[in-house]
Order: sequence, then structure tokens, then C-alpha cells
Amino acid sequence: MSASEVWSLPARAVAERVRTGQLSTAAAAEAGFDGPAARWERDVHAVLSTDRAARDRAAREAPRSGRLAGVPVLLKDNLCTTDHPTTCGSRILGAWRSPYDATVVRRLREAGAVIVGKGNMDEFAMGSSTEFSAFGPTRNPYDLARVPGGSSGGPAAAVAYGLVPLALGSDTGGSVRQPAAFCGVLGLKPTYGRLSRYGLVAFGSSLDQVGLFARHVGDLAEGYAVTAGPDPFDASMREGPAPDVSGWAGGVKGLRFGWPANLWREGVDEGIVAALERAAGALERAGAVRVPFEFLPGTFAVATYYLLATAEASSNLARFDGVRYGQRAPAGDIGDLGELYDRTRGEGFGPEVRRRILLGTYALSAGYHDEFYLKAQRARTRIAREYAAAFARCDLLLMPTTPTPPFKLGEKTGDPLAMYLSDIFTIGANLAGIPGLSVPMGLAGGLPVAVQLLGPADAEPLLLRAARALEVDGRTGDLAKAYEREFTWPGSR
Amino acid sequence: MAWEPVIGLECHVQLKTRTKMFCGCPNTFGAEPNANVCPVCLGLPGALPRTNARAVEYALRLGSALGCRVRDESVFARKNYFYPDMPKNYQVSQYDRPLCEGGELPLAQGGVRRGIALTRIHCEEDAGKSFHPERHGDRRLSRVDFNRAGVPLLELVTEPVIGSPEEAAAFLTALRRLVRWLGISDGDMEKGQLRCDANVSLRPAGTRALGTKAELKNLNTIKGVERGIAAEIARQTELLDSGRRVTQATLLYDADRDRLAVMRSKEQAHDYRYFPDPDLPVLRVSKAQRAAAGAAAPELPWQREARFREQYALPAYDAAVLTESRELSDYFEACAPAGHAKVASNWLMTEVLRTLKERDWSVAEWASRVPPARFRELLERVAARELPGPLSKQVFAWLADEPGGVRELLERHGVSVASGEAALRPLVRAVLAEHPGPVAQVLAGEERTFGFLVGQVMKKSGGQAVPQEVQRLLREELAAQSGT
Repeated sequence: MSASEVWSLPARAVAERVRTGQLSTAAAAEAGFDGPAARWERDVHAVLSTDRAARDRAAREAPRSGRLAGVPVLLKDNLCTTDHPTTCGSRILGAWRSPYDATVVRRLREAGAVIVGKGNMDEFAMGSSTEFSAFGPTRNPYDLARVPGGSSGGPAAAVAYGLVPLALGSDTGGSVRQPAAFCGVLGLKPTYGRLSRYGLVAFGSSLDQVGLFARHVGDLAEGYAVTAGPDPFDASMREGPAPDVSGWAGGVKGLRFGWPANLWREGVDEGIVAALERAAGALERAGAVRVPFEFLPGTFAVATYYLLATAEASSNLARFDGVRYGQRAPAGDIGDLGELYDRTRGEGFGPEVRRRILLGTYALSAGYHDEFYLKAQRARTRIAREYAAAFARCDLLLMPTTPTPPFKLGEKTGDPLAMYLSDIFTIGANLAGIPGLSVPMGLAGGLPVAVQLLGPADAEPLLLRAARALEVDGRTGDLAKAYEREFTWPGSR
Repeated sequence: MAWEPVIGLECHVQLKTRTKMFCGCPNTFGAEPNANVCPVCLGLPGALPRTNARAVEYALRLGSALGCRVRDESVFARKNYFYPDMPKNYQVSQYDRPLCEGGELPLAQGGVRRGIALTRIHCEEDAGKSFHPERHGDRRLSRVDFNRAGVPLLELVTEPVIGSPEEAAAFLTALRRLVRWLGISDGDMEKGQLRCDANVSLRPAGTRALGTKAELKNLNTIKGVERGIAAEIARQTELLDSGRRVTQATLLYDADRDRLAVMRSKEQAHDYRYFPDPDLPVLRVSKAQRAAAGAAAPELPWQREARFREQYALPAYDAAVLTESRELSDYFEACAPAGHAKVASNWLMTEVLRTLKERDWSVAEWASRVPPARFRELLERVAARELPGPLSKQVFAWLADEPGGVRELLERHGVSVASGEAALRPLVRAVLAEHPGPVAQVLAGEERTFGFLVGQVMKKSGGQAVPQEVQRLLREELAAQSGT
């Protein structure tokens, strides 16, 4: 089988061929690089680091019997790896190399996956467009003038243009789901505490969750089954085994999906509203029941999120001081310790990270702590209760992932608030700790549109079943076919 | 005006758990620099903490011993500040919901007994250690050793109720005894296993409102605590007496020069921006954990000290020395012959403690060489006046290095003991029979000749008899003769 065919295979098909000896792990790992990446990567810039020798070594060492045998995987660059640098899209980590693999990375490797490199991201996952990467932006493969979303823009774009069938990102306020929507791929943010955070460089610890990108629902389920589950190294995990997602193709007969149409009555792009109607119709035809109701999940969700996430970030990012690792301001002209910190952090962090550290520091400061941090904590509890109340009426919610299709590069970098508001439909799941899945619904005006499914904690099996129903019907045929038809590939143009 | 000092202490106790507070690194003192480190205690990107259950158990033991209220749910919080020996630039500690609150540590000082009220006890992690600066050509170099980073600490805070430097020292001594007693720390101040900061203020004697306090740091020994606080009281007294005011500040005590230096003033005080650590779940304490903590130390040192005074009629000093450690007090109870507790106490406080010091042995090491039953045999022979003083000391020396009981040791070294009343009385009678002249002189009141008779008996015993015992028996026999 030629490389140009292998890259387009689902992850499960790659693994099956490797397990049965029809395909070598090396050929599987290189398929994306020999195929689409050779043409697309220079324009899209989804990958921050890759290294042929490291890929070859990983391919040689990958067990050929695993569930993901030989499957090439790209990781967001905030997941620690021993064989590639981990930069978090920042200059401050310099040439730092992690001495350990993140738990999810270790599990991928044990299942036979080949880590092929690290994907671009907004610096320390702070951003919604991947424009805040210190190493230059990633572009949307569907329109190079537009952003791929963020902060996990690199992995989302790489899955979209065909470098890998599976990628990992992290979702603190929508950073997996929003780029998935912008790039026309599936993006799952699991229940908080289902994928280990050990080795995920923290942004907002109580909100961060490792998430997955794929082009096929079955691949997403396979990736989840391999990476989810208890880890003694992460004390914030849920107890007991992760939910079983093997029934992802089990259908949605009798499933009750909430239809909070008040959310898109205004301010949401027409193409996205049309996609929501198509998705609802597909679910109903598959036997699910629409439950319309008004839903106002925390009017203050965006404010709440930006107070809590930045407060935690201000503390999480304190360790980047140039003392023990990473880049340090040159010693020659530094007078004292305070200056070392000021210079190292001032020069090492980009503008959005500095802005959020300042915001978070302020929110925790004496005199403001109660008014901002504590009040936001109370609001968070209330928002979680509102989601719980919604799930008393339905099994899952159908709603937009984003209010708009991908925006243009530079359109929002000068207006932080506008950028923050692009997360309005995704941050609720992080505040409530519940799972969310963005499902591509084809193109509108040449740009990807998507819908979002939200469920109560541990509803991953349901979300995947619903996504599968959309995959079959919503895209008029298997996602991969739609994907090949609607997207112009290097070989065909 | 007469000023009254008000002192509150903030003590840090390093727990002797096998591993660190939030990772699996060994918690050992004196390893090569940066040998006991991992991604967690180095604060590497992505690393996460996990709580050491044993450290929590130790904290509960202390809380239970001191009668603290234990929270069912306490919270780890981040204390944010930058310093190179703090790997994450925040310390995981506890803030508004600590594990233990209230309670008191009983003190007996100068015959006065009182309890020092505690504010709280909480769990936290230690920082690394900085060494600076070293000169390398024209550059100055600081080094940091992270072996200590993440070692489990308990912070114990007293209410401002301590009235003198001596009382502060007594508190620390009692705390050290307790943590050792409970087996949760070695409490060695020289190794930093027990550390202490003091808040000191003065107020007009007899008033209630608290004055402005100064915080003293770097009080590295119990003597240092006492002297540092005394120096601060003197400094504040001088300020107030001359009409000036005390300003809130943190001071460092320099023990070598017995002097205090200002470290930072109130204006430079930190805003630690505490908030609950999102990486750690709420710390829940079950009923079973509480019960286990109480059961780990059924009798506390001050309770045992009081019992020793009553049950064994020991002087307060003896009871205090013997209950300095749990092992020593256990040994005392196991070796003391019935009715002769004071004999055991004397021997333990002098010979045994001296030997431990000379040989650098622990009580446990001593007890493994000289099990209490072996030592009791010696004490019983001494109590029965069957061994003369010098010989008993000799037997004691053999006990530590050789196997066998007292009789066996004497035989091995070829020493025959004519001692004990049964052995001595025939000798006494024989001497009286052999020396009728001196006997008559003694009976006539010639006391100097009594010494001659004693000497004769000692000679007959081969020097092994206890002189006091010989004298007693001679008097008895002479009285019997004069009576007939």
C-alpha cells in the first residue's frame, strides 16, 4: 500500500494492518509526512517539532500488538515527552527536555502508538487562535488566511490536513473543541478527572483536561479507551475505571437531547444554526427525541472562567523563572534576584501570558481575593448546578461549539475581550467538569461548521454514540468520504 | 514602667516518613546534593503532587496527643512567593482550613504546671536549601540543594500566651520530647528537624491588649530561642522606656554575636495570595484514622512522668529525666526491681546515660545489648547489698560487652563474692571469736578498734564484702554479745 493511501486510513485500520503484518510501523508513522505534510505543513505550520530519528526510534520500539499499533499521533506541545522538546509554545522553556513522559503519552506508547512530533499552540494554552504561539501562528487548512482556532490549533490542523489520524490537545476553556470546530474534525474534551493530567503542563489546573482529535468517531473512542482511566500520579482524578466507550456505534434510539434554542437566537452564524438543525434532524431520524427548553448556563460564565483560570495560571506559571530550567536572562548585567525574575519572565513570556498572569495575580491579591476569586468560585458552583439541572431534563445537550466560523488572522489579537468571547459556548463544560464533543457538520461558505454535544460527567459513551449518528447522517455518508470530497487534497489538485 | 513580654511560637517539625510529602523520593538527611529529587519535588512542568498518607497519620498522632480539634475535611492551599529554593515558587501548605486546631501542650516549669494553648497544626512541604554566595573568579555563585524540598513538615502555632524566654525554651523542649515520643520526628534542631520562629511583643504589666510584635527567625537551638527572645525583650524594653515605639518587623537572630538584625519591615511583608491547591483533593479524615492516631500513643510523656512520681515515689527530677524518651521510660519500668525503683532510677540516670553518651548509643541499642531482665539482676544484687560498689560498677561495664548473667560474669572473671548476709554473718562471727581482745575494747567504748574488726571481716571476704553491710552485721553481733 502506498503512503498516499495509508495517511487517509482511520487509526483503527492502520493498527489492524500493523498487527497483521501488512504494514510496518515505520511506514505507518511516515505516511502523513510523505503524503499531505510534504505539501501542506509549510503553509499551515501545525507542527513545532518533529525529528525523523526520533520518529524512527519510536516506530521501532512501538509494540506491534497494541490497540493503536503503529498509529502516528501528534501531541500538543504542552504534553511532556522525553524524545521531543516540550515548549508550550513559549520561549521561556528554551531547549528544555522533559525527563519523563506524561501519563497519557506513556499509555499511547504502550498501546503501540508512535509519537511523531509536537503540535503548535497558543503560548501555555492561552488563546483561541494559535496566534499567541511564540513560534508563529498555525493557519486553517481550509483557508490559510484564517485561524485554526486554539489553543490546540496545531494538532487540530494536522488531523484536518491528514498528517495524523489522531492527536492530543488540552482543553481548559474550549481549546480542543473550538479548534476542532474550526478545522472540521472531531474534538473530545473528556470528563474532568478521566484523563490523567500528570505531564500536562498546567494552565488552570481545576479546568485543564487532556482531549483528543480524530476524523472518525471510532478512532476517537479507541484513543479515549487507551488514554482514559485512573492514574496514581494525578490526585485530582475521578475514582474507578473510565466509562466503557466500546459501544460507540450503538445508536441513539430513545436518547433525549436538549435543544436550548435560546442560545443561538442571536449572535450565532447562520451556517452554524443550519448545522444545528441538520444535526437535530439526523438525531431524530436515528430515533432520538428533541427536548426544547430555555437554558441560561451562567450569564457570568466568561467572567467566572477568566478569573479562575488566570488565578490558577498565575500560580502554575510561577515556576518558570529561569532558575532551574529553561531560558534565563543573561547573568552579566543582572543586579539581584528580583531583576533575574523580572527580566527572565518579562522576556520569556509573550503578551497574552503576561496579561493573564497579571489578571490572576490581581484576582488573588489581598483585598481583591474575596471580591474576585471567591465570588468566581461561588459562581462556578452555581453554573455547575445549572448544568446538572439541565441534565435532569435530557441525556445530553446539542448546542453550538462556537458562535462563528474561523475568523481571520489578526482579527481579534488586538481585542482580548472579543477573543475571550469566542469561548462562550465551551467554557461551561470546563467550569462544570463535564464532557463535551465538537462534531464537524460539513462546510458553510467553504469553511467548516460544527455542533457541540455536552453530557453529564462520564457521558462519553453517549456523546460518541450521538456523534456517530451525525457522522452517518449529518455528513451524508461516512465522515472520511465527506472529508475527501469536500477538501482538496494535495494529490488531487 | 514594668513591661510584660507576650510570646507566641511558630514551630516546624520535619516528619520522619520514609518518603516526601507529595512524591516518592526518599526523605533522608545527608544524601549527596540533589540526589533525592524527582519531577514532582523539583516542580518540573506537568508534575503533580500526591499526598503522603503516613505524614497525615503522623500529624493526626500529634493532634490527638495535644487534644486538638481535628477537621473531617481540611484543605491544602498554595502559599505563593518567589525564592530559588522553592521549586514551584509556591509552597503547598494549609491556610484557612488546617488539619488541627486548638489543644494545648502541658508544661511543668519551676514546680508550676500549665498548658500552653495552641492555635493550630497543619501539614506542609519543606523548601530546598540555598548555599550562597560562593566566589568563582569575579562571579558570585549560589547553589541550591533540593533534597529537602518536599520533606513533610508540621507547622505548629501557639497562642500568644508564653510569658518568658525560659518558658519558650521549656515549650520547645517539651515539644521535642513529644514528637520523639510519638515516633513522628527525631526533633534534632541541629539538623533542622525542629525549627522555631517567635513573635514577641511587650505590654504594660497587668494590661490585656497586645503590643506591636516583632517576628524572630533563625532561632536554631533551644538556647538560641531563649537568648534570642531575651535579646528582643531587651531591645523592645529599651525602645519603649525611651518613649519610642516598636515597629512591626521580621528580625534574624545571630547566635554567634547574640544580636538581632532587621530582615524586613511591615511595608515589605508578603502577600502570599493563598488559594486552595487545585491539584490536591480535600483531605478527609475518617473515624478509623482518628482512632488509630489516638491508639498510637496510649500514655503521653507528661502522663507517664506523673505516674512515675506517684507509682514509684520518684523525685520530680528523676521522673522528668526518665521520661525524656519513651524508650528510656519503658526500659526503666522493665528493669526496676520491685520496691527499689530509686535504685534503678539512679543507675539509669548516671551509669546508663553516661554510657550511652560515651558510646553514642541509643536506648534501643543499649536494650538490645542489655535486655531489661539482665540489668534488673544487677540492680537486685545491688539493692540486696550483695555487691560492693566498685564491683557492681565493674559488673556493669562487663554487662554491656559480654553475654551472661551477673553470676556468670563474676565467675568468668574469677571474682568470688562473699556478700549477702548469709555469706557474711559466719565471717563476722569468726572474726569476733578470733579477736576477743579488740571485741572487749569495742564493747568498752573504744570505737577506733571497731575499724580493725571491719578490716578483719573485709580481709576474710577477700575484699568482696560491702563495708556498710559488714558494719551493720558487726554491730548486730556485738550488740548480741553485750546483751548476753
